[in-house]
Amino acid sequence: MNELAAMTALQNQIMQEPFGEYSWILNVLIYVFFFVFMFYGQKINTYIMLREVEGSLYKLKYIRDDGRKIAVETIKEIGKSQTDPTVRVDRFLEYFTISPQSLDPAGLVWKLEHVLDVRENRFKDEVKLMAPAADKTQTNNLENTLEAAMALNYIYKVIRHFYLLGKKTLSLYIIMQIQMILPLIMREAEAYASALKAFAYGQPIGDGAGALVAAKLMHGQPTRKIAKDCVVATVPIEGRTAYVIKAEGHGGNVGKPGDATKTIIEENEGKIATVIMVDAALKLEGEDVGDIAEGVGAAIGGPGVDQFKIEETILKYRIPIHAVIIKEDIGDAVSPLRKEIFDSVDTAIERIKQVILEKTKEGDKVIIAGVGNTIGIG
Amino acid sequence: MKKTPSSAKTKISLFVLLVIFITIALSLAAIIFAIQAFSTGQELVAGYLLLIGFLAAALSTYVLFQTRKRMLHLRIKTPPITTTIECRKCSFKSVRDFQRGDYIFKEVDPCQKCNENMLITAIYREVKERKEKTRF
Ligand SMILES: [Zn+2]
Repeated sequence: MNELAAMTALQNQIMQEPFGEYSWILNVLIYVFFFVFMFYGQKINTYIMLREVEGSLYKLKYIRDDGRKIAVETIKEIGKSQTDPTVRVDRFLEYFTISPQSLDPAGLVWKLEHVLDVRENRFKDEVKLMAPAADKTQTNNLENTLEAAMALNYIYKVIRHFYLLGKKTLSLYIIMQIQMILPLIMREAEAYASALKAFAYGQPIGDGAGALVAAKLMHGQPTRKIAKDCVVATVPIEGRTAYVIKAEGHGGNVGKPGDATKTIIEENEGKIATVIMVDAALKLEGEDVGDIAEGVGAAIGGPGVDQFKIEETILKYRIPIHAVIIKEDIGDAVSPLRKEIFDSVDTAIERIKQVILEKTKEGDKVIIAGVGNTIGIG
Repeated sequence: MKKTPSSAKTKISLFVLLVIFITIALSLAAIIFAIQAFSTGQELVAGYLLLIGFLAAALSTYVLFQTRKRMLHLRIKTPPITTTIECRKCSFKSVRDFQRGDYIFKEVDPCQKCNENMLITAIYREVKERKEKTRF
């Protein structure tokens, strides 16, 4: 209380001179402020945070509604359906997927793969009902568009849940945990919003960098279908035979590079000198977009099914695996391809050739798997 | 591709606008009164009025700019996406805006010079990004 007394004395000195007999009003005000902040500081803090979340929630709602609108418009334009697809789209946005039980993890990958397959088939059927006139490419693109709209819807609803819960309970901690991660969530939502537009128009996205590398390598060579939604071309590179794998273009899909790699290794009875994977990878802040890095291991994202399959197969035959990654941030990965990333594809090809020269002998067979969504890349 | 969001969502609520403008008007009045009070010699009152006037004016303009900033921030901008078309024979090159249906390595209409089918070789967007200078 000593400081308080000193403060009061100081105030009295300052205030009394110019304000004369009214100085007590200011004194009372200062005390009031002091006690209000002492006892209600946290509540005030809570309200400020709540307002902050509310502002972001407005934005999320706008992004979601915009995404839904674009999806519906694209479906109407491409699908030429007799009925209005809006109701179907709204129902689609609420779809959920339950991941398999992992209490006993043995065989989990196959269960997960099965669930994901069922999900994809169901989505495709749904899209066909919404847009009967769409061809295969357009169906893939529309499915991707709807999935982005679904993600936006989900993000909005989760944030809304925490906002309303926080408002109801006025608990600082409920609001705080959502307010703390809000900047990251907003970035993700913006990324999904631009992804949705790219999918709707069929534009190549940053995630397709790996697929673009494969497309450039295999361009001009005959391709054959290998696994579901995957193609392979046999390309002579530096005196070696390269099996170049990518998802089947030019609609939005990632294919099943795991199955494709497995099939090719088994076709060659394991006589593959090395597997090289090319993929887009998330960069850290401070790294440049389009930077290339090399390493070992299966460079592939997603739910992990394909990574598992590749790792299983190469273990069986003891095949070394190398990875070349192209760095980009989450926003670049799902929005239309940036020039920097496009330009870095040629550098990535050079690096792949270097790896082949250093790690294999002439006459060897190698697998080059370009991983990523091949939307807009033929 | 550029769409301005529907007016219902971008419009700042009329009530808020009204409150802001009334506050600005009142603060202006306070400042005028302050000058009047000053000229009649009531310096203390003038000081208070001036303080109140400036505070209210600053606060209301701040709120106004904040809401405007938020509205501007809402618009998601998409930079133009260009498609590069090249002739494999005579390397004639043309750049145009992206059209729906374009994809990399798509064969498009024949070249103006040699009737060979042209090829889409690139689709990308160019982001003009001010690079922040950090020491790291
Ligand atoms: Zn030509």
